[in-house]
Amino acid sequence: MVLLGISPAEAQLRVEVTSGVTDAIPIAIVPFARTVPGDGGADVAAIVEHDLDGSGRFRSMARRDMLSQPTRAADVVIADWKMSRNDYIVVGRVSAAGADVVIEAELVNLLTGQTLASPKITVAAGAVRVGAHRLSDVIFQKITGLRGAFDTRIAYVSVEGEAPNQRYQLIVADADGENAHPVTEASRPIMSPAWSPDGEWLAYVSFERRVSAIYLQRLRTGERTLVSARVGVNGAPAWSPDGKKLALTLSGNDGNLDIYVLDLATQALTRVTTDPAIDTEPTWADSQTLYFTSDRGGGPQIYRVSLGGDSRPKRITFGSSYSARPRLSPDHTQIAFVTLDGSAYRVAIQDLATGGVRILSKGRLDQSPSFAPNGAMLIYAGRDNGVGILETVSIDGLTTQRLKSDHGEVREPVWGPFAQ
Amino acid sequence: MKSQLLIGLACVVLALGGCASKRPATPPSAAGPASGTAVPSSGATTSGMDSNSSLMGAAAAGAEGIAGPQEGLLAKRLVYFDFDRAEIRADQVALVSAHAAYLASHPNARVRLEGNTDERGTREYNIGLGERRAQAVRRAMMLQGVSEGQIATVSYGAERPAVAGSDEAAWAQNRRVEIVYLSQ
Repeated sequence: MVLLGISPAEAQLRVEVTSGVTDAIPIAIVPFARTVPGDGGADVAAIVEHDLDGSGRFRSMARRDMLSQPTRAADVVIADWKMSRNDYIVVGRVSAAGADVVIEAELVNLLTGQTLASPKITVAAGAVRVGAHRLSDVIFQKITGLRGAFDTRIAYVSVEGEAPNQRYQLIVADADGENAHPVTEASRPIMSPAWSPDGEWLAYVSFERRVSAIYLQRLRTGERTLVSARVGVNGAPAWSPDGKKLALTLSGNDGNLDIYVLDLATQALTRVTTDPAIDTEPTWADSQTLYFTSDRGGGPQIYRVSLGGDSRPKRITFGSSYSARPRLSPDHTQIAFVTLDGSAYRVAIQDLATGGVRILSKGRLDQSPSFAPNGAMLIYAGRDNGVGILETVSIDGLTTQRLKSDHGEVREPVWGPFAQ
Repeated sequence: MKSQLLIGLACVVLALGGCASKRPATPPSAAGPASGTAVPSSGATTSGMDSNSSLMGAAAAGAEGIAGPQEGLLAKRLVYFDFDRAEIRADQVALVSAHAAYLASHPNARVRLEGNTDERGTREYNIGLGERRAQAVRRAMMLQGVSEGQIATVSYGAERPAVAGSDEAAWAQNRRVEIVYLSQ
């Protein structure tokens, strides 16, 4: 990761859990034994607790209610922990192994007494948080059957200062908001970050030239590639599933926004839409299908179009006068988008088979929903007292967390792919 | 994919990429304009694209604004719009007309029309709406005899509000096209 000489603390987010659920799975994450003097004080059990609680599927036991704190499965008195109404218990140890740190843990099913998993996770000494997220992934998968997405990253835009002297940063952080690092900055707007499918690159729009341009930036080296600075709008980049193409929005000189596909290797540009309306915000369903926003019917609505063959776009949303910026769920059964709900702009989910719509957020100016790669949560941009914040919400809408910046506002979160 | 990208594309390693090994020496407020002016030239020289390619076509539109003409209505540079609309309002026609008359009679004068929206709605859709507003002003000016080459457009959507706030008073001031003179 390239650092820009900005202290990480400055870009750090603060997390608040703003609601929880009562029918979540009760689990006890006992504080781990620690024999590593140089582990930075990371509290592995607390990180795992936060991960699992934030998913909305778990409710972890308060430490003050624990009558004992075993650190090995063999020391767990099953009957005692069952009486405390937990279904599962996690115990573990953190130790040093040369320059590395080893996290060992056991996940025990208190109903059966069976040890379900005994992960041993080795990470560099400075990456204990990453190890803890991997442990969360193991626990989440063992119990829910769904792949965990705690060891993943998010990208977002932060804005500091008052116009016209604002500073825009594109930031990458762990999915829980920790370990935030700016990857680029400008005194003019940065917007629409998009992860490459392999998690190595971000595409984004920058106005640093006063007009819009689309860049690709490789996270590991910071190297940037300018891919589109055509006359007019250059916007809404979206990587194809194989990472070889970019869907984007161009307007040309006459201002008609249409969707194009750019082949990154050959630079071949293929026009997808031709309507005189605003066509923008493309997202890929598969290598041959895009969803996008268009106001060809009067107001913005979501459409689906096939690349090649019969490419007449089909309208997908009907329930509101304003529905825009679709994102597909990882299993392709739902779209998340922004919809006008009364007088509020909120995040909604539509089931593609039934057409049923659920409103997931409660703000007045919610934006930019993005699915976790396992589909269990979404992250989106909201407001708190007029300041942009990020929020995560479990897919059932019941558990939310807020991520706030201590400096200015944050917006346009995008959840990266699974770690490779 | 990575090697294809590097071979196939105009690779522009910019000043920011160079920050990997050293901290920026200038404060953020100074870093922006500097990189903003440095980018187009490096982009143009390293693009390797043939001159017909429009990849770099917008570079000229990114020039620094100047004070421009100040007589009468010409001192006013903001054209306001109604919510979710891009038609030029009756109360804005005189202003657009005054600038159009000036440009038509000063063929060397050039402007950039910067379209903006209020904060409501999605960001990229608002880029579209801001562009539509800038184009509405552009077309009105061309109807009065301004030549196409005198006008560049850009849309900032909701990204550059003129005033902060989430009420109608703030929104009304943010739904605007700014007329920025590049030469007079």
